[in-house]
Amino acid sequence: MMGSGEDDAQQARLYTSTDAMESLPLEDHPHSYLSTSDYRSAMSGGGSMLHESHPLAASPEQPLNMFKDSFRKGFQETGRSNSFRDTMIEPPSYADAIFSPYLADDSNGSARDLGVHASPSFTSSSSFSEILQVRVTDPEKVQEPGSSLVPGGTSYMTYKFTTHTNIPSYLGSDFTVRRRFRDVVTLADTLAESYRGYFIPPRPEKSVVESQVMQKMEFIEQRRLALEKYLARLAAHPVLRHSEELRKFLQTEGRLPLQPTTDIASRMLDGAVKLPLQLFGESSTMLSPQEAAQPARGGRDLLRMFKELKQSVTNDWSSGKPFVVEEDKDFLEKKDKLTDLERQLSYASQQAEIWLKGQQEVGEVMGDLGLAFFKLAKFETENTMVPCQRMFAADVKRAATAAVKASRFYRESNAFSVKNLDELHEYLGLMQAVHSAFSDRNNSLITVQTLTQDVASLNKQIEKAVAASNKIFGGSKSQNRKIEELKEQLKNTEEASQLANKQYDQIKDRNKSEVERFNEERNRDFMNMLRGLIQTQVGYSRKMANVWTKVAEEAAGSSNRSSEASSSGFSTPS
Amino acid sequence: MAGLGSDPPFLSVSVTEPVKMGTGMQAYISYRVSTKTNIQDFRETEKIVIRRFSDFVWLHERLMECYKGAIVPSLPGKNAVEKFRFTAEFIEVRRKALDVFLNRVTAHPELRKSVDFKNFLEADEDIWAIEKTRSTEGSVFMKKPMDFMQMLKDAGTRVSDAVMRKEKVVEEIDPEYEKLKHYILELEDHLAEAQRHAMRLVKRQRESGKVLADFGKAIQLLSQCESGSLKQALADIGDRADELSAIQQKQGLELLLQFEEPLKEYVGIVQYIKVVMADRAQAYREHQEHFEAYSLKKLSLEKQKLLRPDKAVDMEADLQLSKSQCDEAQARYRRLVNLMNQDMLRFQEGKTLDLGLVLQNFARAQAQLSMSTADTWGTLLPELSSPSMAKEGNAYT
Repeated sequence: MMGSGEDDAQQARLYTSTDAMESLPLEDHPHSYLSTSDYRSAMSGGGSMLHESHPLAASPEQPLNMFKDSFRKGFQETGRSNSFRDTMIEPPSYADAIFSPYLADDSNGSARDLGVHASPSFTSSSSFSEILQVRVTDPEKVQEPGSSLVPGGTSYMTYKFTTHTNIPSYLGSDFTVRRRFRDVVTLADTLAESYRGYFIPPRPEKSVVESQVMQKMEFIEQRRLALEKYLARLAAHPVLRHSEELRKFLQTEGRLPLQPTTDIASRMLDGAVKLPLQLFGESSTMLSPQEAAQPARGGRDLLRMFKELKQSVTNDWSSGKPFVVEEDKDFLEKKDKLTDLERQLSYASQQAEIWLKGQQEVGEVMGDLGLAFFKLAKFETENTMVPCQRMFAADVKRAATAAVKASRFYRESNAFSVKNLDELHEYLGLMQAVHSAFSDRNNSLITVQTLTQDVASLNKQIEKAVAASNKIFGGSKSQNRKIEELKEQLKNTEEASQLANKQYDQIKDRNKSEVERFNEERNRDFMNMLRGLIQTQVGYSRKMANVWTKVAEEAAGSSNRSSEASSSGFSTPS
Repeated sequence: MAGLGSDPPFLSVSVTEPVKMGTGMQAYISYRVSTKTNIQDFRETEKIVIRRFSDFVWLHERLMECYKGAIVPSLPGKNAVEKFRFTAEFIEVRRKALDVFLNRVTAHPELRKSVDFKNFLEADEDIWAIEKTRSTEGSVFMKKPMDFMQMLKDAGTRVSDAVMRKEKVVEEIDPEYEKLKHYILELEDHLAEAQRHAMRLVKRQRESGKVLADFGKAIQLLSQCESGSLKQALADIGDRADELSAIQQKQGLELLLQFEEPLKEYVGIVQYIKVVMADRAQAYREHQEHFEAYSLKKLSLEKQKLLRPDKAVDMEADLQLSKSQCDEAQARYRRLVNLMNQDMLRFQEGKTLDLGLVLQNFARAQAQLSMSTADTWGTLLPELSSPSMAKEGNAYT
């Protein structure tokens, strides 16, 4: 689905409007169709956000047929779809009957406005002259030959990552690579290191499941979708989309040329080796200023980690103040607000799920009722002993048709509402990124404070040493050497401290701009979400009302024609 | 039953004014039964009597007994837990059901001619007790009135068994009637299924209404975390959700009453038809048995005439008795079949009319529900669709 030149322009145009109707042709991506048991996963992982299209959109570029076919395909292909028993009763053309008249006879003209906000979060509309689209497709199993450690070999899945872009730094417009999930983890980790302070979208979770489960189609599909979503979020981030790490991931064929810093085993060994030396004060392996300026993450520098931990604990307990940037009340306020927001988002997301699940059930039962009516009508038609049964059968059939239609409307309305309200869920997931970014700030501050203390203590040590050597005129060679060493250390530490301060300021700035961006985009995304939700609810409710009103009118008409009797004596007399 | 003069005959009955009578364990509810009529057989054109539930039960059983083959209208349930017997809601529901019962009897071309019915409507208190006892004594079935539900169940089993040929019974061979029997059995299933799903639907729709209120509250809480136009939008959505929730729950309740009850009732009627079918089989059997007995007696008489002509005379009388019994049984059977055929036709027509109306009302109610939903949410569209809304994000900085 990589566009040619014309398509680029077309797609660029689409992206520039905030109500962008994603009219990318649908692949065989099933809609996040709900089965009652799989609701949550459908809400979180289902439905590639980029590729949905609202049936009610009178988007001129969108041929209705394309959507209809994929929509129907989505129903039938996905294992997650409801037992769509209706497909047995209704011929495919029934779907046509549903959709075409829908657009045609929507007299309110609100079809235009009925738009699902389908873009992922953090879609900044400003930079949309630049395109970065990534598709994740074609999962393939790779068999690793056995090694001495693991006899028999293991296997893993790879996915095809297909990129289409016009961003200059990418030097090219289309490329494809194969990556495995581990590579994605690496990408995420390297981004986390290099872009501290930014709200970095969280990557899909590793799954703690058996390898058997890993091979199941459903799991693979869920993962594929999650990966696609993740890449989409990265591509939408104004800073991250230009990162080297992402480019390498998307472009460089073969092995992923990113340094995995989360290699726990070696890090632990690394740090452990250094530890005794440092403890005994004979650390000749001095950290470079750059390294020192980084917070002691992981096992690399156990000693410093302990120190920084101690520092943070000291700050916590001794000062009695919360260990955050106290001069920035503004930041604290914002942080509190976001904490609040997170809580309410979680609650709202839960309630939304419950509500929509209930709607889903109504739709199902409506379908059951319709089927029962159909059976009754058929039965009456096949066992007609008196003429009035024919009219009865006709009445029942009319109701049956309406009920089945309504059932379909309920379920469609629901599918779209779920998509809309999924935005809540998305933002909930993004809070993780916010926490990380704030945590980066925190850690950076700890580093600054640690290093400041180190500078102070080194200065004291030098003072003492100088004072001691001054007592003995000229001082001993070893004393002088020690002073020189200390001064060297001080120089390094001061450099590191400066660097740390710089980084801290950088992170603070990044935090600030990200919070602004987050709020702006959330505002816009939520408004779109609400609009989409309400439009869906209104649109489908009106449709259902029309269907039922017609039934009532037709029924009233036919009963007027034939009724002459008063009460039949069986039911409530009029 | 002729009317007075040239006016069309009318008979109008109502059940009103339930009054608690007596105290303690002996307490009961009495109802006022008012009749207006111009039919000459009735002593007065307007009459009011006081009856209690057991009186209605008596009438119901008399009708069932005397009009075998007819579909007798059903009475409300007899069983009531003690403490609920005197709640206002229960009393009102029962009063209404009794009113409906009498009106249906009135509408039935045969049942309304019943003498017991007439007595029920116009006999004064003192006479009423006597009349009740008198007609019950003459009844063939003196046993304790059976529980109606139990009777339905038994009949149902008997008929199903017969249809399934589980029992060896003397059955009439009539292909049309066979068709009818199968039809009734299957119809019951279909109606019951439709009724079941109707109930589920209404229940779910009401529940959905309740849940919507919770969602609305959550949205309002979320509103407090936001600002600007988003805050307003969320708050408004929360309000609408609340409103809509109340509407949906109310309409759901109405839907329940309108839709569920009539369907349930027709299922009940179909079940009663099975009783009628059992009665018919019984009447047929009885006729057959009497006929066989008569045939046997005739044969022996013929033999006897040849062997011992003097004894034959005694047997003649006996034979005559047997013949008249046989004829009576046949007449009963024919009358039953006649009533049944009439009522089956009325049933079909009634089903078409009544359930047609029920379906119409159901459609209207669903339309109303959907329209309320559309209208309530619709008030938000102008606010949400305005393009200026999207830009107002800077309240945070």
